[in-house]
Amino acid sequence: MNKNYNYAFLDEGSKREIRRSILKAVAIPGYQVPFGSRELPIGRGWGTGGIQITLSLIGPEDTLKVIDQGSDDSVNAVNIKKFVRLCTDVPTTTDTREASIIQTRHRVPEIPMKNDQILVLQVPIPEPLRIVEPREEVTKKMHAEKDYAPIWLQLYESLIKYKKITIGTEYPCMVENRYIMNPSPIPKFDNPKLNDSQCLYLFGAGREKKIYAIPPHTKVTSLAFDDVPFEKESFKGKKCRLCGNENTYLDEMFDSDTGEKHYQCSDTSYCKEVRMKCH
Amino acid sequence: MAYVAVSGGEEAIEESIALLKYYRSGSKKDLELETIQNKMALLVDKVMSEAGLYSKEYAALALKQCEGSTEEAVFLLRAYRSTLKRTYYTNIVNTKDMRIIRRISAAFKDIQGGQILGATYDYTHRLIDFDLEHEDAAALYEESEKKLAEETPEKVHFCNRVSDGLKEEGLIDTFEENNEAPFDVTENLLEFPSPRSARLQTLTRADTGFISGLAYSVLRGFGQVHPTVGELRTGYVELEIPYLLDNEESIYIGEILITEVEAFNQADDKDQLKLACGYGAVYGRNENKAIAMAVIDRELDHGGDYPTQSDEFVLMHGDCLEMNGFISHLKLPHYVTFQSKLDAVRKTRRKDNE
Repeated sequence: MNKNYNYAFLDEGSKREIRRSILKAVAIPGYQVPFGSRELPIGRGWGTGGIQITLSLIGPEDTLKVIDQGSDDSVNAVNIKKFVRLCTDVPTTTDTREASIIQTRHRVPEIPMKNDQILVLQVPIPEPLRIVEPREEVTKKMHAEKDYAPIWLQLYESLIKYKKITIGTEYPCMVENRYIMNPSPIPKFDNPKLNDSQCLYLFGAGREKKIYAIPPHTKVTSLAFDDVPFEKESFKGKKCRLCGNENTYLDEMFDSDTGEKHYQCSDTSYCKEVRMKCH
Repeated sequence: MAYVAVSGGEEAIEESIALLKYYRSGSKKDLELETIQNKMALLVDKVMSEAGLYSKEYAALALKQCEGSTEEAVFLLRAYRSTLKRTYYTNIVNTKDMRIIRRISAAFKDIQGGQILGATYDYTHRLIDFDLEHEDAAALYEESEKKLAEETPEKVHFCNRVSDGLKEEGLIDTFEENNEAPFDVTENLLEFPSPRSARLQTLTRADTGFISGLAYSVLRGFGQVHPTVGELRTGYVELEIPYLLDNEESIYIGEILITEVEAFNQADDKDQLKLACGYGAVYGRNENKAIAMAVIDRELDHGGDYPTQSDEFVLMHGDCLEMNGFISHLKLPHYVTFQSKLDAVRKTRRKDNE
């Protein structure tokens, strides 16, 4: 642990301020709470919102897991873990069940999380209405007035034009029939995991200076029409080449030697666990 | 598979950092902090200004650490800054009390207090001086010091602003001093419409290139076109903090070098014309940035349809750290999101073929 800096890097006042914003976010699920985002030694846009949440919550009893795109070993996940270790001494793990705080970018773990765990998601663009309205001043009003017609219209236009809703990740959700929320760039595959979950989901956007939350057992519905149901990414007929699983989110890979295309679980720790059980 | 989300990331990072050290090592000669601080003073000023932290020593250190990259140096200073507790807030500084080292006006030949050209590259010919390849730095320094010692110090006299006269004449509107606590963008989320204090703070910390480009767009026609630099002054201002035991007293903690600009534009005033004033103030000798700031301050106040007249557009996109952070994040793996995008594209095409 680097003794030149305070425990968990930020000064205690800043951490307390961030925790207060988190409490407000938990009290109003799906509402984006503004906060005085601090500058970190890690780049804005590289997960600084998530890191600030993690730093403000973490204590000596915690165990931290960090994943990026589902992987524990991805460069950015490794880098964030290294930074938190540098200023806390908190043990890290790759086991989803062992962690008390999991920070993630672009994925929700395949193993369902429990009620004593927190999933911290890194968010590049917290505003779900940004795709229809670039001005913050306007989107803030739209949320206040629950004026969500433009985003519904966009979904409808997509249906007319392509016969499909073409949003990939960042598929907007309605939280407790009040706020439309951006689930961060998780694939649609992960959206259903947000609904009525056991764990607390915290979303941090450092550059955009917003925090929002989905507390346990909150109703979260992905936007869809009565006659056109919500549809996840499909990996029909494909399975992980390592563990053989057919029900996980898969990364598409090319073997540069043979030119063959194959698939592999994006959640590396889950994939490893399945393989361990088989052997 | 390069830096793929497969194991090995940790070692790759270690090696990458080791390689940076190799690049930084460069040659046998050390780059002394004193050298950076004193001989790269304008670079140091630029870094301090964009970082919003006035420390020549740390700016020099940051530049040394990152091979002279301004955005990396700003990054280091900003990150360091967020670990510091705010113990005091200084009293309000009145820049009329500036110890001026340069002062010019493009509006009037004669100004009260006079113009002082000071040091400027404006009238140099930009010819590479090959003599500098083999310069006797010690001799140059001693000669400069000797010249300085021979001068008799002039009495410091404080100057009113050029705009003061125009205000007296009623050509520029006079406002009451607004001394309410400024909106601090480093501790709060900037909201729109933005208060002027938040605009000025954001602009003074903005990326120099970004606001220079924006101001240039104003001059070329995407705005109110051509303002006049009413006054540009560079000099030292003294900082004081309140003395806790006695409200009447304050404690002097040091001085900082700043550049301040007032730029004038024509403005409507019912059925006649008046002048309006844009304001810029930045750390160090950062003249073009200060002018650009004054130009944009005025555009934001004026409002309109051009990009420079929208506070959200200007203030949200000019922070060195934020822009470079988000641009550089594009280098991170996006396998999951791209897979999802691919899935959506493939699905629509399958439909089309049916």
